[in-house]
Amino acid sequence: MDSVGIVLVSHSSKVTEGIRDILNQVAKEVPVELAGGTDHGEIGTSIEKIQEAIKQAHTGSGVLIIYDLGSAMMNAEAAVEMSGFDDIEIANAPLLEGAYVAAVESSMGKSLSEVKQSAEMALEE
Amino acid sequence: MELNAQDIITWMHKTNERLQNNKDYLTTLDQAIGDGDHGINMARGFKEVVNKLDNENYETASDALRDTAMTVMSKVGGASGPLYGTAFLKLATSLKGIDPVDESSFKTGLEEALAGVKQRGKSDQGEKTLIDVWIPVMELFDNNFSPEKLTDTAEKAMENTKDMKATKGRASYLGDRSIGHLDPGSVSSFYLFTSLADTVKGGE
Ligand SMILES: Nc1ncnc2c1ncn2[C@@H]1O[C@H](COP(=O)(O)OP(=O)(O)OP(=O)(O)O)[C@@H](O)[C@H]1O
Ligand SMILES: [Mg+2]
Repeated sequence: MDSVGIVLVSHSSKVTEGIRDILNQVAKEVPVELAGGTDHGEIGTSIEKIQEAIKQAHTGSGVLIIYDLGSAMMNAEAAVEMSGFDDIEIANAPLLEGAYVAAVESSMGKSLSEVKQSAEMALEE
Repeated sequence: MELNAQDIITWMHKTNERLQNNKDYLTTLDQAIGDGDHGINMARGFKEVVNKLDNENYETASDALRDTAMTVMSKVGGASGPLYGTAFLKLATSLKGIDPVDESSFKTGLEEALAGVKQRGKSDQGEKTLIDVWIPVMELFDNNFSPEKLTDTAEKAMENTKDMKATKGRASYLGDRSIGHLDPGSVSSFYLFTSLADTVKGGE
């Protein structure tokens, strides 16, 4: 079974890069793709970047998207609708903590819905 | 009022002109209660829209609107990209097979566009967003419509956002501090609809 892929959507590419460094320490084999900043390298989010990241992160076990502020969720939703895949989920979770928990769970071979649920509970004791 | 493919192209050209001319103004508005990118986002995206429309041949208004939607969706960015993109896509889908577009079909199309925007933004009337301009504009069609009323209605609706408190989008983080400023998305929507009024006037 492949591990669930993870896509990080942030207004800043540096944010996504830094988070990936942290995830790589604990879950190297999990596909983590980045959609940070706009197509022009500015602060913002981009549907095209998210679409590309989804494609790259997609495995037989699906993809979990985690996002930050404002337009990030809208662009993530639009990208999912345009992707044509039916095994992409968007987690309502804090970007760093949610992605961290998701990567760990994914590396343990958990399913998409289990990974999503863990990410969404990342801040609970 | 009737709209064919060429009218949609004219409409988008006029919108683009206003957005280019008012890019800095929109940016200033967005600096006050957002992150200051609205003018840049819209100007960049609509430039791409008119490039796209000028380089294709369209049989119907719906086809031209669909390409508008796809370009806006991927090239505008920010929140306004997915919001305007969704609106044009719903409008295009609703008008499929109707050409030229009559007023009552256009109204139905705007209703569906609005439903799409509300769903995309998880938002509704009174939250100081472009929805506050789209609702009164939609209600005007098939209801003693005239281009003068269209401009008037859109302008008043835009001005009404000044006293509202933002509860959606980046401006919502400012809470009460958002009061007293125009909503940038409502101003760009005013440009869109006053450009539609110009287009319709030109065709009469
Ligand atoms: N949730 C929403 N629902 C409806 N309209 C919204 C929503 N969020 C923002 N808007 C509209 O979008 C406009 C802002 O568009 P803009 O392109 O500047 O996006 P942004 O807020 O800067 O996005 P980002 O989160 O990428 O910074 C607002 O003025 C408002 O009219
Ligand atoms: Mg902005």
